[in-house]
Amino acid sequence: MLTFIVRRLLWTVLVMFVISAFVFVLFFKTPGIDPARAIAGRNPSPQILAEIRHQFGLDEPFPVQYALMMKDLFITRDLVSYSNQGVKVVPEIFAAAPATLSLVFGAAVIWVVMSMALGIAAALLRGTIVDPLLMILALIGISMPVFWVGEVANLITQSRFHDTFLFSWVPPLGYTSFTQSPVGWFKGLLIPWITLSILYIGLYARVLRANIIETEGEDYVRTARAKGLTERRVLLRHTLRGSMISYVSLFGLDFGALVAAGALLTEVVFAIHGVGFLFFQSLGNLDLPTIMAIVVYGAFFIVLANVIVDIAYAWLDPRVRLT
Amino acid sequence: MTADPDGDVLLRVEHVRKHFPIRKGILLQREVARVHAVDDVSFELRAGETLGLVGESGCGKSTLARCIARLYDLTSGSVIFDGRDISKLSRRALRPIRGGLQMVFQDPYASLNPRKRVGTIISDPLRIHKQGNRSEIKRQVRRLLEVVGLSPEHVNRYPHEFSGGQRQRIGVARALALNPKLIIADEPVSALDVSIRAQVINLLDDLQDELSLTYIFIAHDLGVVRHVSDRIAVMYLGKIVEVSPAEELYRRPVHPYTEALLSAVPIPDPDLSEQREHIVLEGDVPSPIAPPPGCRFHPRCRYATEICSREEPPLVEHGPDHLAACHHPLSFTRATAAGGQATAAAGPPPEDQV
Amino acid sequence: MADPLLEVRNLKVSFRTEDGTVQAVDGVSLTLAEGETLGIVGESGSGKSVTMMSVMRLITDPNARFEGQVLYKGRDLMALTQEQIRGIRGAGIAMIFQDPMTSLNPVYRVGWQIAEQIQAHDKVSKQAAHARTIDLLKSVGIPHASERVDDYPHQFSGGMRQRVMIAMALSCNPDIVIADEPTTALDVTIQAQILGLIRKLRDDFGTAVVLITHDMGVVAEMADRVAVMYAGRIVEEGSRRDVFYRPQHPYTWGLLGSIARLDRPKPRRLATIPGLPPSLVNLPPGCAFGPRCAYRFPACAQTPPLTDKLGNGHLDACLLDPQAKKDARAGATPPELVEDAT
Repeated sequence: MLTFIVRRLLWTVLVMFVISAFVFVLFFKTPGIDPARAIAGRNPSPQILAEIRHQFGLDEPFPVQYALMMKDLFITRDLVSYSNQGVKVVPEIFAAAPATLSLVFGAAVIWVVMSMALGIAAALLRGTIVDPLLMILALIGISMPVFWVGEVANLITQSRFHDTFLFSWVPPLGYTSFTQSPVGWFKGLLIPWITLSILYIGLYARVLRANIIETEGEDYVRTARAKGLTERRVLLRHTLRGSMISYVSLFGLDFGALVAAGALLTEVVFAIHGVGFLFFQSLGNLDLPTIMAIVVYGAFFIVLANVIVDIAYAWLDPRVRLT
Repeated sequence: MTADPDGDVLLRVEHVRKHFPIRKGILLQREVARVHAVDDVSFELRAGETLGLVGESGCGKSTLARCIARLYDLTSGSVIFDGRDISKLSRRALRPIRGGLQMVFQDPYASLNPRKRVGTIISDPLRIHKQGNRSEIKRQVRRLLEVVGLSPEHVNRYPHEFSGGQRQRIGVARALALNPKLIIADEPVSALDVSIRAQVINLLDDLQDELSLTYIFIAHDLGVVRHVSDRIAVMYLGKIVEVSPAEELYRRPVHPYTEALLSAVPIPDPDLSEQREHIVLEGDVPSPIAPPPGCRFHPRCRYATEICSREEPPLVEHGPDHLAACHHPLSFTRATAAGGQATAAAGPPPEDQV
Repeated sequence: MADPLLEVRNLKVSFRTEDGTVQAVDGVSLTLAEGETLGIVGESGSGKSVTMMSVMRLITDPNARFEGQVLYKGRDLMALTQEQIRGIRGAGIAMIFQDPMTSLNPVYRVGWQIAEQIQAHDKVSKQAAHARTIDLLKSVGIPHASERVDDYPHQFSGGMRQRVMIAMALSCNPDIVIADEPTTALDVTIQAQILGLIRKLRDDFGTAVVLITHDMGVVAEMADRVAVMYAGRIVEEGSRRDVFYRPQHPYTWGLLGSIARLDRPKPRRLATIPGLPPSLVNLPPGCAFGPRCAYRFPACAQTPPLTDKLGNGHLDACLLDPQAKKDARAGATPPELVEDAT
């Protein structure tokens, strides 16, 4: 098990290096993008451009530029933004992270609980009309784009029905940190949570239902029943346990992707200034250091999520530990 | 299934070894152990004969078969088929030879591509080796289906539309497509129902006579192997422990493992079952990763002595065409549990009233 | 005569499928006395597994329909509630399945799985269940039981896994153990070990055993009585000597004749039963074996009942009269087929 983990972590470092190098090349060597010009603003004179290049190290050889940027990013952590003068990128990301994490964690709790309820219900009630109905509901959830759902939610809760008792508690768009006001934090995030989770509830309910039905047919579930266990125990300890392995794997990957600024559409629609929002902004401004930093931050989380999922898989299924 | 005693040697297997490495390590994968699947096997096969290969899981019989058919590369040793050493030939060099040496596999549900029609499955070898134009190939396919007892009209059906026994016939038809000299049948009837087994066995029997085929017949069902084989080789943990003409193996087994194997086979005769001696081997088959020293069977052998754990017994002759590798071979005069069966009943027990 | 421990009365099991109704079990009746071993022989599609799975009410397919009664110690299992049948499963009647690799849950330790069954039926502490588990593993011949109790199923060999399953099945001292092809997936020397183990435990505990198999040799070794099934019906039933030495149904003759046996001289050709087993969808009336039977005559168009024509407890579902059967059997293996190959 230990060699397994160590090997995985070594791979992590390698993958991150490759991703960061790839992103660097992509952003800094794409023809048509001249970082100096982006920094300089309108109608720069050649002298100013040259000065900017020198100041930002843009006249150095390519690998040196990469090394410099990595140093600024990881070691000295004083990488500065191109569009917002003087703003340090890394602290900016760290400041935005709590909003994203709050959003994603809350949505995850909702989607796990709801998808398990729906998935189990659909599997148990297979053969009745409830099963296909629940699955159609799930499909609708998957099909609605999150930004549309968000905007509709805003339309309902912020303007149309805002004055009714139903939604008067909904605060204006934005994020209130937990330390500032727990109640405000909760109220501001409830609708975004629900919006973000709808897609995943649909997806995971379907996955879980399929897994449960497949696991039900396994020989060991038949043995469990033959042992005289209650149906509930057979379901929870045997059927569900067998179905959860792939559920957990998928969850880890999706969760990692969301934390890595994958929730940007939701953040933008609800004006939550998290990492995704920051990413959206910097893309619009072509603020390359920020983009770069967020991509590396995101890559790290996704790779980390993969590693955790692999480890969790080995923990859940003892047979995998052999490799 | 009678062998031609003057037949030429069609296949010679010499000191074949096949080891699978087990690798471990964090960055660099080093070989830490090996699975000794096949460990120094040699035998000869004459044209027209059927060699039965028996043994239990882990004995290496399937691996040996795949080595002979060059589906695996050998770790060492040589396979000489029809006069040519095919052990080190490249894939391309093997191509023209493949037609002569075919395999029929165990699982009729897994060995046929479910997405291909039966006609395609059988005609593929013909097309790959460019044996005739479209209409000639079509005719060949229909003929092959008839030869194996299936209706040629079914040429456009998919495998799942056939029963297990019929699928096995399709596998045989495919193996026959290129007029092979040697067919290796790896447990061809194990996955079939008892009443279907007899049909497929009789089919293989007929085909051997009609087409002058040579068979290597791998099975774990000793009754079936005895029925189809001229000679039988018993394998244990990667080695051949006994080779003998079929009837002789059952009447006078020399190796204790053969004796135990025969004794373990349930006999569909209640009285005989009760009377005979049951030799039950203790423990599991040891792992082929770390085979026991000396004679590999010694930890489970009831006749084992000190020498058996030190020295590996060589394969020596104990009678005409009968070889065995044992320091304490069962003598021909000692009544063995297995020998008791073949000679006791001259026919079914006399019937009472009805 | 004591009441039978288990009595199946006219059990019928059908499955609704896209192609029609599959009558998997078509009116099966049998009895099992205390301590008796009943062998049920049949090929795939004969209904032998479905019959015994239905006895335990383990069939969860929503498209399954059941008729008939299954009396265990006088109670009809088909009429019990879920909770009541749950109490009997594993405690009164236990089951062992064919493939021990897939029949054990791969993610739980072996000891945990056995203890789970014990605690489902007896109110004992975890420690007591654990201690009993180790004893059970010892009694089925697993070496180093106290260490191996914490191993996972994949850490055992096939034979050892089957021993674990047997230990689990016996953990609550059931009256009946149903073994569904317990040795089919095992090597022949391991099979001998497992059959020996089942025999020993049966003798020690007096458990009744229902042994489902397609191997006539196994049945000859293990069973007191034998039932032969074909197309969802029992076609012959009797003591093992009766069925093996005086078989009364052409299907049984065919089965016995087509086996490549070690105890007889080698036949020139194996006798075969021509054709294939019938489809169980909309089975036509009449003897199900009729289309493949060499001795068929007009009366076979009526479904033959399973009756005791000789008055000695040996039942069969063939309408030929006993003398005709004797002649046919004598002629079934004509001398020229039996030839010493050397």
